[in-house]
This record gives sequence, structure tokens and C-alpha cells, in this order.
Amino acid sequence: MNFSNLFANLTPSTSIFYALSFLTILCGLMVVLAKNPIHSVLYLIATFFCLSGHYILLNAQFLAAVNIIVYAGAIMVLFLFVIMFLNLKKEDEESKTNLVKIAAMIVGGTLFLIFVAVLRKAQLGTYNPYSFDSQIGMVESLGEILYSDYLLPFELVSILFLVAMVGAVMLGRREAGDRHF
Amino acid sequence: MTFTIDVAFIIKAIIILLIFGITLLVAMYSTYGERKVAAFMQDRIGPNRAGPFGLLQPLADAVKMFFKEDFIPAQSSKWLFILGPCLSMLTALMTSAVIPFGDSIKYEAAPGKVWDVPVQAIDVNIGILYVFGVVSLGVYGIMVGGWASNNKFSLLGAIRAASQNISYEISMGLAIIAILMMTGSLSIRHIVEQQHGGNWNIFYQPLGFIIFITCAFAECNRTPFDLPECETELIGGYHTEYSSMKLGFYLFAEYINMFVSSAMISSLYFGGYNYPGMDWVQAQLIGSLGEIAGHNVATLIGFLVFFGKSLFFVFFYMWVRWTLPRFRYDQLMNLGWKGLIPLAIVNIVLTGGAILFLKPLVMSFLK
Repeated sequence: MNFSNLFANLTPSTSIFYALSFLTILCGLMVVLAKNPIHSVLYLIATFFCLSGHYILLNAQFLAAVNIIVYAGAIMVLFLFVIMFLNLKKEDEESKTNLVKIAAMIVGGTLFLIFVAVLRKAQLGTYNPYSFDSQIGMVESLGEILYSDYLLPFELVSILFLVAMVGAVMLGRREAGDRHF
Repeated sequence: MTFTIDVAFIIKAIIILLIFGITLLVAMYSTYGERKVAAFMQDRIGPNRAGPFGLLQPLADAVKMFFKEDFIPAQSSKWLFILGPCLSMLTALMTSAVIPFGDSIKYEAAPGKVWDVPVQAIDVNIGILYVFGVVSLGVYGIMVGGWASNNKFSLLGAIRAASQNISYEISMGLAIIAILMMTGSLSIRHIVEQQHGGNWNIFYQPLGFIIFITCAFAECNRTPFDLPECETELIGGYHTEYSSMKLGFYLFAEYINMFVSSAMISSLYFGGYNYPGMDWVQAQLIGSLGEIAGHNVATLIGFLVFFGKSLFFVFFYMWVRWTLPRFRYDQLMNLGWKGLIPLAIVNIVLTGGAILFLKPLVMSFLK
């Protein structure tokens, strides 16, 4: 396959797709490779932004906005909180023994193998660009599906969240006699 | 590309640049306004040396900021130290993109072919979610800057600011959900259009408005919630180590946030560019100036009305600053989590009940 041909036939959306994918993978790699945990978290936030870009390319604006609000805006702030407090005194302390490294290699390698095996056998669905409904990612259609076809799972997930929230409050509650700090 | 698209493109570009420029200009003169208002409330004169009435004071301040020594602490992480104020400024400026500043500008591209360009940078159908996303990212500028300074006071100030912001974001979102239930749209333009003819949301959502404006104060780190900056406990808070224009960016971002949140308040609760009797004014203008020019002048009046409302809320921020004492930190957290969130949930339930039961009742009564 001629490499220059690949670039000559790009439509704007495909070139944006390739640029975004490149950025996503780069940021994802940097999350793992960065030495400083704070940098890792910041790269992870950048990864979420790239993923939101992909959602917008798919015309799923609601998902893109929610991805930013929930993941980049809320969860990663908490990550950053914890890491900032943990990392206050230490300066690049190497605490990884060989055993940890070998265990991490085995776990990561196994996961990688499973992914490859799954993707190799997967029947990727083909899509028809003419019958594709471009409005499918809009808030209205999403809400309609969520509150009609998937009402029960949606309600169950809400209950799960409520239970998790109450559990977190119970765990974090001060016992009688605890100090304020 | 045809001629018509070019003109639409140019008008849009001018509108976007104008909105950008106006946001910056208002933020700049808010610093002057703040000093004048403070002086008025304390029976002083305020800045009066640079230019007539001290009107050039913001320029003098900016020049001073630029010529200060730009200092980066030795033990800090340099790039993150620079990134912090940039992020603050970026997120502050991004929000104004989805706010509708006026109705629309009409022009005749060809005889009998009239184009309508809305006075808004982008009209996305998830406008409010976009604002939320950007607001929730505003925390990063503060946290990154505070952490990168490698100073315990900066870090504590940053943590304080960030926990305040994420606490009050929740009740802010819940207050807006009640409005979404009433309008059934996430686009801010739709919300503004539905308030046409005196149907302002403040009359239907007084509780939601109080919750929203309290949270807006907390999000902008303004008095009575200006706890991230605290001389006796935290020195300067998260920007203790900052100097020169980097500090200027942090301070300036606060004023931009103030203006943008004022614009949000006036478009969500006070009808945006709608004003009583606007249909009559528009009809009169169209009658005397013609279809297109009349519409454009009416749009300009609407824009000025929107601007006036927003500036009133900017003034309100300053007014409150010199009226109320500040909260203690535990009081702030108690108010946010135990006061405003339950209140906002009650507001949602009340709104739902009103939509389900009260509205049909009133409708049948009116028939």
C-alpha cells in the first residue's frame, strides 16, 4: 500500500480522527511513562479530552460533555487531591522492587494477550453510512432510549450509586470521641 | 465558496471577536469599578489620578504588572507553574462562547434573500453542559498552580479553593436542573427565548435563583466565600509564589468569571436580552426604519439591555463584597453540603410537582 496515497485521500473528518487518535494514544502512553504521578494525572485528563473529541466526531455531544464533566472535571480532581497530599514530601523515591516489576509484567502481559485474542476473533460490525442516523447521539434520543427501553437498568444503576454514596458517608463518618484533627 | 457564505462568515467572526473583546474590556473595567464602588461605600474618592476620573487606572495597573519581575521559584516544576495561570485564563474565557448576547443580525445577501446571524459565538444544543464542563475545569488552573509553587501555603490554598469549587458545583447543577425541567432544552438560547414577554425564570424559580447566585459567588471565590485567599492563615493562598503578569492572569480570570457568571445569571433567570415591551419597540422600529435595519436596531437595544443586566450583577458582586463579612471554612462547607444541596433537591421536587399538578390546574382554570 502506498503511504502517500493514504494521506492524499483524507477528508477533513478523517484527518481530524487520525490526529485525535494519535494524541489520544500519545497521552495514554505518557500516563504510564511519566515519572511524576501529577504529570500522569494531567496526561490522563488530556486523554479524556481527546476521547471527548472522538465523541464529538461521532456527533455524540451529550456524551462528550458528560465525559468532561464527570471524568475530567470531578474524578480526576479527586485523584489530583489524593496524589498532591501523598506526594508532598517525597521526591522521586524508587520503591519498586524486582518482585513488583515481574508481577506487573505478568499481569500486564496477560491482559494484553486477552485483548489481542478477543480482538482477533471479534466480528466487527459493518455500518452503512447512508442508513446511519446522525441524530442518535443527541440528548433527546438518548433520553428517550434511556427512559423507555432501558428504564429498569437505569433505575438499578441509580440505586447502586445511592448505596455507594451512603456507604462512603458511613465509612467517612467520625466515630464518637474521634479528634477533629 | 460563494459570496453569501463569506459575508455570514465575516459577520460571525466579527461577533466572536466582539464578544471576546467585550468580555476582556468589562473584566478590565471591573477592577476600576470595584475600587470606585469600594471607595463610594467607604466614603472615599478612589482612583482619580490616571486620566479623567481615573479612567486609565486599569491600563496603568496592567503596565505595572507587565514590568514587574517575573519570578519562578527554584524548587517548583517550571512548566506546571506556567501552565496554572494559563489554564485559569483559558477556562475563564471559554465560557462566554455559548452565552447569547442578543437576538440576531439580519442582512440582505441578495434581493429577497435575508440571512439571520445570531449574536452568539456558537449555539450548541448542550450549552449548559458546556458551561458546566468548563466551570468544572476551572479548578485545574488553581490546583496546578498551587501545587507547582512547591510551597505549603500555596498547596493548602489550592486544596481549599478546589474543594470549595467542587462542593458548590453540585448545588449549582441541581439549581439549573430545575430550569431545564421547565424549559426542556439544554441550549441557553432556547432558555432565553422561552422567557420572552416577561416570563422571566426568576418568577418561577426564586429559590433556584438564590441557590444559583450563592454558588456563583463561591465559584468565583468572591466575598463572602473568598477563603482561598487569607492573609492570616494562608498568606496569598494559591498564588502566593506568583508575580508579574502570571499573578495578573489569576486576578484577571476572577474578574472575567465574575462577568461571565453575571451574564449567565441574567440569561438564565432574568430573561437575557428580553425586556418588557420589546415587541412594541421592534414593531415601531421596523415601521420607521424598514424590515432589516429596524430588526438590527432592536437587536442592538436588546444587547444593551442584556449588558445592563449583566453589569448590574457585576455591581451586585461588589456591593456584597463590602456588605457581608466572610464565612469560616467549616461554615462554608456546612452551607454547601448540608444547606444548599438539600435545598436544591427540594427545589427540583417542587418544580416537578408544579409541572405535573399545578400547571394543568392553572391551565384548566384559565380556560
